[in-house]
Amino acid sequence: MYRVALPQLGFFETWRDSARRLLSHEVAPDQIVWDRGGVADLFASTPLPEAEGPAKVTATKELIRMAKSALCHTGPEAPALLYRALHRHQRDQRALANPADPLTRDLARLQKAVGRDIHKTHAFVRFRELPDEVPDEGAGDPPRRRFGAWFEPDHLILEAATPFFARRFADMDWTIATPQGVARFERGVVSFHPPAPRPDLPDDASEALWGTYFANIFNPARLHLRAMRSEMPLKYWKNLPETRLIPGMLEDAQARVDAMRAAMPTEPPARARRILDRLGQTDAPQPDVPADMDAAKLAAAACRRCNLCEAATQTVWGEGDTSAGLMIVGEQPGDTEDIAGRPFVGPAWQVLSALMAETGIGPVWKTNAVKHFKFQPRGKRRLHQSPDRSEIDHCRWWLDLERRFVKPQMTLALGATAAYALTGNPAPLGARRGKVETGRDGGPVLVTWHPSYLLRAKGPDAMRLRAQLRDDLATSVRMAVLPQ
Amino acid sequence: MFYFCSMPRTISEKLAILADAAKYDASCASSGTTRRDARNGGIGSAGGSGICHAYTPDGRCISLLKILMTNFCIYDCAYCINRVSSGVERARFSPEEVVTLTLEFYRRNYIEGLFLSSGIIRSPDDTMADMVRIARLLREEHGFKGYIHLKTIPEASQELIDEAGRHADRLSVNIELPRDESTRLFAPQKKPETIRAAMAAVRLKRQASRERSHTGKPAPRFAPAGQSTQMIVGADAANDRDILTTASRLYTGYRLKRVYYSAFSPIPDASAVLPLIKPPLAREHRLYQADWLLRFYGFDVEEITSARPSGDLDLEIDPKLAWAIANRAQFPVDVNRAGRGMLLRVPGFGTRTVDRILSARRSGALRYADLLRIGARMNTAKPFVTMPDWSPGALTDTDNLRARYTAAPEQLSLF
Repeated sequence: MYRVALPQLGFFETWRDSARRLLSHEVAPDQIVWDRGGVADLFASTPLPEAEGPAKVTATKELIRMAKSALCHTGPEAPALLYRALHRHQRDQRALANPADPLTRDLARLQKAVGRDIHKTHAFVRFRELPDEVPDEGAGDPPRRRFGAWFEPDHLILEAATPFFARRFADMDWTIATPQGVARFERGVVSFHPPAPRPDLPDDASEALWGTYFANIFNPARLHLRAMRSEMPLKYWKNLPETRLIPGMLEDAQARVDAMRAAMPTEPPARARRILDRLGQTDAPQPDVPADMDAAKLAAAACRRCNLCEAATQTVWGEGDTSAGLMIVGEQPGDTEDIAGRPFVGPAWQVLSALMAETGIGPVWKTNAVKHFKFQPRGKRRLHQSPDRSEIDHCRWWLDLERRFVKPQMTLALGATAAYALTGNPAPLGARRGKVETGRDGGPVLVTWHPSYLLRAKGPDAMRLRAQLRDDLATSVRMAVLPQ
Repeated sequence: MFYFCSMPRTISEKLAILADAAKYDASCASSGTTRRDARNGGIGSAGGSGICHAYTPDGRCISLLKILMTNFCIYDCAYCINRVSSGVERARFSPEEVVTLTLEFYRRNYIEGLFLSSGIIRSPDDTMADMVRIARLLREEHGFKGYIHLKTIPEASQELIDEAGRHADRLSVNIELPRDESTRLFAPQKKPETIRAAMAAVRLKRQASRERSHTGKPAPRFAPAGQSTQMIVGADAANDRDILTTASRLYTGYRLKRVYYSAFSPIPDASAVLPLIKPPLAREHRLYQADWLLRFYGFDVEEITSARPSGDLDLEIDPKLAWAIANRAQFPVDVNRAGRGMLLRVPGFGTRTVDRILSARRSGALRYADLLRIGARMNTAKPFVTMPDWSPGALTDTDNLRARYTAAPEQLSLF
C-alpha cells in the first residue's frame, strides 16, 4: 500500500509528480491511498519509489486540465478517481472520450462543482478598501490603493480562482483571505500563504452606495425568490453585504405594488405640455402630393400604403440623376439594399453594373417598382419573396411620382414586377423581352431580364441571357438620348 | 415644481432615483466580448462568459451597474416610468459622477461594468453626446477594460453612434412594442422605421469592423458583443406569434445577439391608457423558451405557434413539448440513429445532451441508463424516444399525454 499526502496549497503538483512516479512503476489504483490535508500516517505504508519506473506515462492536455480542476474538489475521492482515469488512459487513449462512461461522468461532476465554485468566487468576493500604508522610503512608484476580502468557498479553489483577480485588478494591491489560505497581490506579484484568522476589514463608504443600488434596481412587482436562491445560495449570504437588505425589501414589496395599483394617474406636470408642443412643431403636416423629389423621398419614408413596411427595415428610395434621360426600374430592394437603405447595391446590381461598364452608360435614375423589401425569415437568412399585385399597385403611386419628376426619355424595366408596374401588363416576360412597350403614362418602356435571373442561370443559358441583357442596356442608353 | 426645486441631490439620492428608473430594462449580459485585461495597464477585464455578481429578490441578476444618466425625458411613451407626463422624481448624474461610481463599484468587485441608458434631454444628439463622453472618459482617461453597454438613441447622428461603438462592447435600441401600430399609439415620438434603420446601421458597422483593409490592417473594433433589444410583453394586444415573428425578423435582419422579453409591470404614476396588470411572468418565461428554440434548435415561428389557434404559447407546458405532442407522428425517435436536428426536437434533450449523445454513440449504442448519466431529462423524454432497452409502446400516442406533464401542481406554479 502506498500513501500520498496532498498539501492544502500546491496539491496539483504533488499529485502530478506522485501519480507519474507510481504509474511509471505500473502501480494499480487500489494500491494507493490519497490523503488530503497532510493527515499523520495512521497505517503502515510503503514509501514511494525513489526513481521513475520503466513504463512511459502520457497524458493529454484535456486530462491535465481535468485533473487541475477536479483535484480542487474537497471530496476525498477526487485524487483516486483521477489516478484511475490516468491509469486507464495509458491502456486506452479513447477511454475518457465517452460522456456516458461512469468514470467520465463522475469526473465531470467534480469538475462542474469546482467550476461553479470558482465562478461564484469571482462573482461574490467583495473587496473593502484598506487605509493607505506609509510609503516606503525612497520608493519611486506612486502609492497603490489597497483592498481586502474574506471569502469562504466550498472547494480548494484559491489558487485556481486567483489569476482572474490578478488580471482584472492589476493596478491595486489586494488580499483575499479564505479558510484554505491567503492570496496576496502586491505590485503585480501574486503570492499564497497559509490560512490566517478572519481579518477585521474596515467599513467602506462605497458599500452603502452599493446597498442603495441593490435595493433600487429590484422590481417589487416580480418576486421570484427561488431563482434568486438557486443562483445566490444562502451559504454565501454571510459574506455578501447587500443580502442584509433582502428581508426589508421583501417586507415592502407587496405594499409598494398595491400602492402603484391604487394610485390614480396624476396630472401631467405643466412643462410636459410645453415640451410636447415644441416637439410636435417639427412634425408639421405635409402636403398631399410632394412638390419635388426630396419631399417625395421624405414622405415615402413613412409610407404605410401596404403592410410591407412592418417587416422591412426602411423605404429604399430611388437614386441618381433627376434630369437623366434613362430610368432603370428593378423589382424591390433585396437584403443588402434594405439594410443599407440604398437601391441597387446587392449582388444583382453588381451584375448590372458590370454590364453597364461594358456598354457605357450616361446619367440614369435607378429605382425599384416596390420600395420595401419583402421576405421570409428562414434560419439565419431572409429569403426574398416576390411582391404581389396589390403591393405593386400601392407602390406605383411613388413610382409615378418619380417618373413625373425625372421625365425619362426611356425606361428599362428589369423583370416581370417592373414590367407590370410600368405597363400594367402582367403577361410572362419570355415573349416580351427586348421589345419596347408603351407605359401607363405613355412613355416607352423596354422590357428585359432582371439581373438576379442571370445569377441563377447556368451554362450556355447564362451566357445568352447575359448577352441579351447587355443588348437591352445598350439599346436603352441609345434611345434615352434620342428625342422621341 | 417639486422636482426642479429639490435639486441638487446627494449621489445616494440620485443613484436611488436613476437605478429605479433603469430597472425595467431586462438586459444585464456581460458576455461574449473581446478578451482583454489590465496586465498592461488600466483596470478591469472582460471576455468569455459574463459574471452575475448578485441577485435581487426578483430573481434577476446584477452584472452591470444599470442606471440612467438622467430620467428627464422629452418623449411621452405611455409604458415608460420616465415619460414627460409622469410625476416621477427626476435627477441627473454628471458624466464624472457616473465614471466614479462605475470605477468604485468595479474595484470592489460588485459589477462587471456599466449599462448606461438615458431619457432624452434637449435633443437626441445632446443626450447621445453625453453618454458617449462617459464611455470615452472610462476608456481613455481611466483605462477601463470592463464591459460597457450603451443604449443608443435611434435619431442620434452617425458620428456619435460610431464613437459609441468604438468604446462600448454592446449597443442596444429597444423596439419596446412588437407591432408598429402599437409603437405609434403608445410612443408617438418614436418611429419604428427609424429604430430598424438604426439597428441596420449597427449591423453594417459591425460587419465592416470584421473586415480587413487592403493593407491587412484590421478595422477599428465596433461593439464586439453585438447589439440587443427588448420587447414589452402584455402592454398591447400582440399575441405570442406577433412577438416571435418580430423577434425572428430582428435576429435575421440585424444579427441581434439577444431579444429580451419584459413582462409589462406596474410602474409608479402609470399612464391611464395602459392596464396595471400583474406582470405576465409565465408568458415571458415561455417566450424566452421559444426564443431559444428559434436560435439554437432549428424551429421556426410557425411551428412553435401553430399549436393553438390564438397564436399564443401554451402556458402550462414548454413550447418544445407542446410542439412534440402536436406532432407525435414524428416520434418516437431512435436515439442511436437520429440526426442532430431531430434529437434537438426531443423534449428533455438540450443542446449539450445532444452533443454528448452524438459523442457517446461513437463508443457503442446508448441505453436508458447512459442517457440518465449524460444528463437527459428522461421523465420528459420517455414517450418520445426508443433505444435497445426502452420502447415507449403506446405511450407516445396516449390521449392523456399532455396531462402527464401538467398533472403535478408544482409544474404550474413556476413563479
